Amino acid sequence: MLGSFAVLRKQSLLGDAISHAALPGIAIAFLITGAKDTNTLLLGALVSGLIGTFWIRGIVTKTHLKSDTALGLILSVFFGFGMLLLTFIQKQPNANQAGLDKYLFGQAATLVESDVWMMAIVTGICLIVMLTFWKEFKILLFDADYTKTLGFNTKTIDILITSFIVLAIVLGLQTVGVVLMSAMLLAPAAAARQWTNSLSKMVFLAAIFGAFSGVFGTAVSASQNNLSTGPVIVIVAGVFVLFSFVFSPKRGLLFKQIRFVKNRRDLELHKTLAFMYHIAETHDNISHPHTIKILNNFQGYTKGTLQKLVDRGFVELDGNMWHLTEEGFKTASNLYNQQNASDE
Amino acid sequence: MKTLAVKVDDLTVAYNYKPVLWDIDLEIPEGVLMAIVGPNGAGKSTLIKSILGILKPIAGSVSIYGKPYEKQRKLVAYVPQKGSVDWDFPTTALDVVMMGTYGSLGWIKRPGQKEKKAALEALEKVGMLPFKNRQISQLSGGQQQRIFLARALVQNASIYFMDEPFQGVDASTEIAIINILKALRKAGKTVIVVHHDLQTVPEYFDWVTFLNVKKIATGPVKDIFNDDNLTKTYGINYKVSIQE
Ligand SMILES: Nc1ncnc2c1ncn2[C@@H]1O[C@H](COP(=O)(O)OP(=O)(O)O)[C@@H](O)[C@H]1O
Ligand SMILES: [Mg+2]
Repeated sequence: MLGSFAVLRKQSLLGDAISHAALPGIAIAFLITGAKDTNTLLLGALVSGLIGTFWIRGIVTKTHLKSDTALGLILSVFFGFGMLLLTFIQKQPNANQAGLDKYLFGQAATLVESDVWMMAIVTGICLIVMLTFWKEFKILLFDADYTKTLGFNTKTIDILITSFIVLAIVLGLQTVGVVLMSAMLLAPAAAARQWTNSLSKMVFLAAIFGAFSGVFGTAVSASQNNLSTGPVIVIVAGVFVLFSFVFSPKRGLLFKQIRFVKNRRDLELHKTLAFMYHIAETHDNISHPHTIKILNNFQGYTKGTLQKLVDRGFVELDGNMWHLTEEGFKTASNLYNQQNASDE
Repeated sequence: MKTLAVKVDDLTVAYNYKPVLWDIDLEIPEGVLMAIVGPNGAGKSTLIKSILGILKPIAGSVSIYGKPYEKQRKLVAYVPQKGSVDWDFPTTALDVVMMGTYGSLGWIKRPGQKEKKAALEALEKVGMLPFKNRQISQLSGGQQQRIFLARALVQNASIYFMDEPFQGVDASTEIAIINILKALRKAGKTVIVVHHDLQTVPEYFDWVTFLNVKKIATGPVKDIFNDDNLTKTYGINYKVSIQE
């Protein structure tokens, strides 16, 4: 759902950076409290995720690094640091450490009821805020400069959106894990974009795709003991993306191909019709019959195209003679005039 | 002396270390249709963005009808360069034009019937009413430009800043747009346009500013649109035949 905003902002890497930045937070929270309590660890993730995000913004505005570079930098530094800490923790005699690595690839099986409630509540809050600031989110995403001239504080809107992306990511960490989080954020949105041209429908669809991938992926991984949840969920989401890219009626590859073939066929028909029109034009009476043989001189002609023209009622056959119908003549003369107009 | 719509004092702007605009003073009287001309990279877009508070200048101030810009936002509308946004964004023509009403709505409040009516009227003015529900990626360059213009018209401002509204439009759209701009001037509005085609300056505009990092000249077209200023702005010995 929130992934839609990330996709539209062309900041696909942002999700990646945030989730990787969250890792040291988890490790540090564990080191400080020594507890494995989910809420504490996620709070740590939230804090370090936010720090990472605002560092990225700082780097982009203060230096003249491209935002991709800044994202990559933060991503690798934080992730490296997080891994270092995890390794350190694992070397410690404290047996309590087992299980931290679930945050790498996710393990939905470890979710307890209170975690699920927590997710539901935060999702609800996100939803309310999103609906409240819908207009502001939309205009900022489309045209930030213009939004500023209307008197909106674009920084506030921006921070609001970014904070929600961070929050969503941190919540998903337990299920999907650090490594695949950004795929989970982006895949449903990318799939949804293929099906609709409206922002509201896109966000709605993305939410459905995401929820379905989550539920389905969790069910599959729960039924198999050693399967991490994250990869399964992401594979399901990936199937959505693949399916959408191929089959969506407006932007999909399949329908593009079908439209292409159809256009080419239409063009052949039109050409044949135009040729017939030229012949018919030389006679006063359009229903004056001509032999089919004469059409053989014309390149694009096949028995198939002739039959199609008959099916459409443009041509009538009589033995091995043909003549244009009234409608066929009209259609052809329209085509012909259009062609001439566009040639000019 | 006419009322001043826009007054810019000592404006200096830099992205990095090197100033892109240097110590610009500019006075734009109310009711003119003014072209800003200058070579690529002269800082024309930067000038507009700084006046509108999109960019923060190093130094200088801008006033609109004698008061700071921040207090006068509602009097000013902006038509950005068409290439500055992603036209693949999932939204319709009408929706984009409606954005022009967001400023007067303020935070949170949704556009209603009144705003929709205003947007439809603006679409009508630019001849885009039949395309109101069209996805914006499926509009031609000229049509996208008209949508941007309609969005500014909805704001019902007194001063319009437009960044290359004729860029990539066909001849008929160009005529349609210039007619709208002339109608705005007739209604007493002030219109400031970044313009590239020097040939059409005398025909379209009554006021002109030459810009190349520094301000070269500003004034009525008939007084200052000459080879001397063109050469100063464009460097090489620049000549256009000015139609009388
Ligand atoms: N976002 C930016 N960051 C750094 N330099 C910029 C940026 N935008 C423009 N410039 C530089 O500022 C100068 C003026 O740009 P601009 O105002 O777009 O010129 P114009 O609109 O007259 O073509 C150019 O040299 C350009 O390279
Ligand atoms: Mg420019």
